[in-house]
Amino acid sequence: MASIEMSHIVKEYGDGYPAVNDVSLDIADGEFMILVGPSGCGKSTLLRMIVGLEDITSGDMVIAGNRVNDKAPRDRNLSMVFQNYALYPHLSVYENIAFPLRLAKVPDDEVRRRVEEAADILELREHLQRKPANLSGGQRQRVAMGRAIVRSADAFLFDEPLSNLDAKLRGQMRTEISRLQRRLGITTVYVTHDQTEAMTLGDRVCVLRKGVVQQVASPRELYEQPVNLFVAGFIGSPPMNFLPASVQGTALRTPFGDIELGEERAQKLGGHDLLLVGIRPEYFEDASLVDEAKKPHGATFTAQVDVTEWLGDAQYAYIPYDAPPEVAEQLKELSRELDSDQLRTQAVVSIDSTSRIREGREAEFWVDTRKLHVFDPKTGENLTRDAEAGRRLTEMAEEDRVDQVERARV
Amino acid sequence: MSTRERTLWIVVGILIVVYALFPVAWIVSLSFKSSADISNAQFLPTEFSSENYAVILTGDASSLFLPALVNSFGICLIATAISCLLSMFCAYAIARIDFPGKRVILSTALAVAIFPTISIVTPLFNLWRQIGLYDTWPGLIIPYLSLTLPISIWTLSAFFREIPWEMEQAAQVDGATPWQAFRKVIVPLAAPGVFTTAIIAFFLAWNDFIYGISLTSTEAARPVPAALGLFSGASQFESPNGPIAAAAVIVTIPVVILVLIFQRRIVAGLTNGAVKG
Repeated sequence: MASIEMSHIVKEYGDGYPAVNDVSLDIADGEFMILVGPSGCGKSTLLRMIVGLEDITSGDMVIAGNRVNDKAPRDRNLSMVFQNYALYPHLSVYENIAFPLRLAKVPDDEVRRRVEEAADILELREHLQRKPANLSGGQRQRVAMGRAIVRSADAFLFDEPLSNLDAKLRGQMRTEISRLQRRLGITTVYVTHDQTEAMTLGDRVCVLRKGVVQQVASPRELYEQPVNLFVAGFIGSPPMNFLPASVQGTALRTPFGDIELGEERAQKLGGHDLLLVGIRPEYFEDASLVDEAKKPHGATFTAQVDVTEWLGDAQYAYIPYDAPPEVAEQLKELSRELDSDQLRTQAVVSIDSTSRIREGREAEFWVDTRKLHVFDPKTGENLTRDAEAGRRLTEMAEEDRVDQVERARV
Repeated sequence: MSTRERTLWIVVGILIVVYALFPVAWIVSLSFKSSADISNAQFLPTEFSSENYAVILTGDASSLFLPALVNSFGICLIATAISCLLSMFCAYAIARIDFPGKRVILSTALAVAIFPTISIVTPLFNLWRQIGLYDTWPGLIIPYLSLTLPISIWTLSAFFREIPWEMEQAAQVDGATPWQAFRKVIVPLAAPGVFTTAIIAFFLAWNDFIYGISLTSTEAARPVPAALGLFSGASQFESPNGPIAAAAVIVTIPVVILVLIFQRRIVAGLTNGAVKG
């Protein structure tokens, strides 16, 4: 068990391109840290630098108080689960799991005890004598995890371990990994591009963009108090809607009508002509279904619905809007960077599944204005972020984690 | 596949098999004909006779053939072993490490492979005689390496390239030194490739005639193909076709056995189940 401290880590490739640029990140002992970002953001490179498969150009990597920059992977005492599992096909499941112990020259009966213990945790007992080729994807994944947990490593590193599984299995394995990590209370770094995994697994999440850390915070803080346009757009599914807006006194003028901000928040927006308002899909509602008591907290507007999608538990409506060319261009750029390709400027609105709003009609919507954020389109900065509230959310998550670890150890 | 297509395939297949196996069948049949029966103008011997086998194993030709068989086995096995070991290291480096001159090694290997052996036999003959390698085992093993190494390096580096990098990295994270990772993970995974390479190398050495006839003069090192060329008939008016056929059958047997033994290993999938599937 160990903490991992990174300070000013830089990775430059031969051509001078910085894949990871000045990353400083402290991962506490027993913490579950997620590295997330769109493809090419440097998250895997960072993980491979922690484990030692990639050289560090500059900066310090400190694991359990020791600087490990120049140590070979085998001297770092970390265990890693690879994206394609990297099981040894010529060895049985038993020998695959036992491999690290065999290298460490652990006596046979001790190997047997520890492999069986790991196999019990992962429910692999009846497969121990089989070869990896004869296992299903989920079983292979569990063998790879068995190989990681059998050794008392200082930390677990996961490199997109679930991306090769189908959706249903992915959900199961996700909870399995979470349970395992809590049970063993071991420091974990987990790389993913899937934000569901990021949100559900992590104590804290580190969002990377082009090798630069954007924000490190608990999933709730990322969701409710993102620092910038990139984080706001990356976290959440369907993604946050960004509407062009201009300030009119204490209100914002948007394509969906005026939104009253109140004195305090409006003050933060002074000096900007054009702004972007970020509203999550679930802040919207079919106006006819909103409680009278709740209504004063938001604004209502009418709009033409383009398409609706009914999913059973929720319903999405798509509302196109017009945006000035410079904003449209920037939104397009942002969505490209987030690995999606938004073709038109439209808002995704989550409404109650019982709503009778139908495609192609005008409908009245209500939007909760308390939680919306306003961004500066030039810098992407979140102008209405409440840092204090964000800090509280992350502190709460930290307390929860400590509490869970305590309980697991009893 | 329709029935017509299938019958077509079967017919073509049989034709190819007959075309390929007919000379072999001819030699087998020839080896069982007695010397008087050789020109009986029919495919099968009039009477099966083991006379030719007796000649080469116990009779007149045995002093020529048996030492040659031992030489051939010894020289080819040693050449194969050395070339497998060397090409394994070489191919691993070529597949994994980026170093200057990588392409040079590969293209030189290819150049050596296509270089006509006949053109280096004469200089080798002179050189070997001066340094005392003429008519010795090492005197054949070294030129055989020039035949077997290039093809071994090429096939093995193709095999190594197929093995995912992650296997080795996983081993390193699990606590292996680079040498342990190579020995415990890469070599077992490359085993089918190594066997394939070994067989190809063995055949190349086994089939060589030019070096064998030019660089040897006695049974100290003369291999089978060269010995076959020196067979003579009972009198100078009699051709030694029968004994040659019998010897050819005998030298084919180890090759067939070798292929049968390793067939399963050659065919076995390379990285079956290593990564997602």
